[in-house]
Amino acid sequence: MKINVKFFAALHDMTGRRELNLEVREGLTVSDLHRDLCARFPRLADYSSGLMYSVNAEYAPADHTLGDGDEVAFIPPVSGGAHAH
Amino acid sequence: MLIRITADPLDPQPLIEHVRRDESGAVAVFLGVVRNNNLGRRVLRLEYDAYPQMAEKKLRQVAEEVISRWPITDIAIAHRTGRLEIGETSLLVVVSSPHRDEAFEACQHAVNRIKEIVPIWKKEVWEGGETWIEGEGRTTLQPQ
Repeated sequence: MKINVKFFAALHDMTGRRELNLEVREGLTVSDLHRDLCARFPRLADYSSGLMYSVNAEYAPADHTLGDGDEVAFIPPVSGGAHAH
Repeated sequence: MLIRITADPLDPQPLIEHVRRDESGAVAVFLGVVRNNNLGRRVLRLEYDAYPQMAEKKLRQVAEEVISRWPITDIAIAHRTGRLEIGETSLLVVVSSPHRDEAFEACQHAVNRIKEIVPIWKKEVWEGGETWIEGEGRTTLQPQ
């Protein structure tokens, strides 16, 4: 299945990409994707604390299973503070 | 309700006109402004990055939350993106209500929530480097 991954702020700087279109296996979770991308972008691996994820523009937990056509974003902590959803 | 994310300079007056009603005795206006220092460093400018579709959705969520909790008349929120110089406005929150107390409270709550859940990030550019601001006091240092 195909997914689209978006990177913002510090993650954009680290990956040098604004987005990636990927062909991935069925049943892939957000954390699986994160692990795979850490292998591809080693600087991403050093950066995990406070990182959040969204799927189709809504906050999603790491164990969320992705579907075909999903838009996934890696979300650094936002400017002002706490990580409340 | 008016929600806007834009790279253009923000002007409070159209938002004030948008939320004002004849039955509103109060309009609270908050401007978030770029200041020239942070953590003892002289800041030259800020650069805002946003996930526009999600940011707009989350700004709308904040506005709906405020409308459900306070008896306000209307709310308008505008956030700027891109490069901002010292003194420029990055965030506008404008709330109208029959009386002032709920306008102040709703406006403050909206600003706090925006800083918690809306995916917009700022990079501080200072003399000799730049830093993405991440949460309270956290930074990812990127010396130039």
